Amino acid sequence: MTNVLINAPKTAKSGELIEIKALILHPMETGFRAGTNGRLIPRNIIERFVATWNQTEIFSIAFSPAIAANPFVSFFTVARQSGTVRLRWTGDEGFNVEEQIAITVG
Amino acid sequence: MSSRRAFLAGAAAITVVPFAAARATPAAMAAAIREVTGDAAVREGRVTLDMPPLVENGNAVPLTVSVESPMTEADHIKAIHVFNEKNPQPHVLDARLSPLNGRAQIATRIKLADSQKVVAIAETSSGEFFSASADVIVTLAACIEDIT
Repeated sequence: MTNVLINAPKTAKSGELIEIKALILHPMETGFRAGTNGRLIPRNIIERFVATWNQTEIFSIAFSPAIAANPFVSFFTVARQSGTVRLRWTGDEGFNVEEQIAITVG
Repeated sequence: MSSRRAFLAGAAAITVVPFAAARATPAAMAAAIREVTGDAAVREGRVTLDMPPLVENGNAVPLTVSVESPMTEADHIKAIHVFNEKNPQPHVLDARLSPLNGRAQIATRIKLADSQKVVAIAETSSGEFFSASADVIVTLAACIEDIT
């Protein structure tokens, strides 16, 4: 998938506080708007975002329809060991996207 | 003439009424907050809710919540919740944090359907609740514009 932008340092010192920013393309349709035919457009949102570092969950967030389209999230974490950070978005209509980045801690 | 007027009046009624009924209210927000906090007292302070006071476009309003906390095993922020008064639903987000985060700060962008108050609530590891609120004036509302 190329519809994800992740901004995080590639390297970090052990114990350093790092910020991870992630943006994903998604309409985040609220389910409260009517379409051209006058009927409500069904809700289609991302419900959950989870970040893991070497399989340990470091952050999660539950979204509601009040999150803007193309959801952006930023959070902090302490760099402990080199490894893989996996970011997973799940939501309505079977939406399930996972992206991973490698961070070297030295 | 009269049929055109009747049509316009009817069209106005159709477009305006459903959304008035589908709005959250300050009472709904208070109820949603109580669902999270239970009977615990919510105190002002320690939380900073950073939002622009005046936004042109309610479809994407930047929001940053930061909480003063050492983020140690003994004393950290467990969760950050954000609520609003006048969107169709009072919930905005629930973030789960742990000592692994090192700093209790999150940022995202939200939709606002009207000028309103936004409330952020932080839950500490000892079960205390702290809050902060921000009033935002929105010139172009989100959520309620239909596609035409």
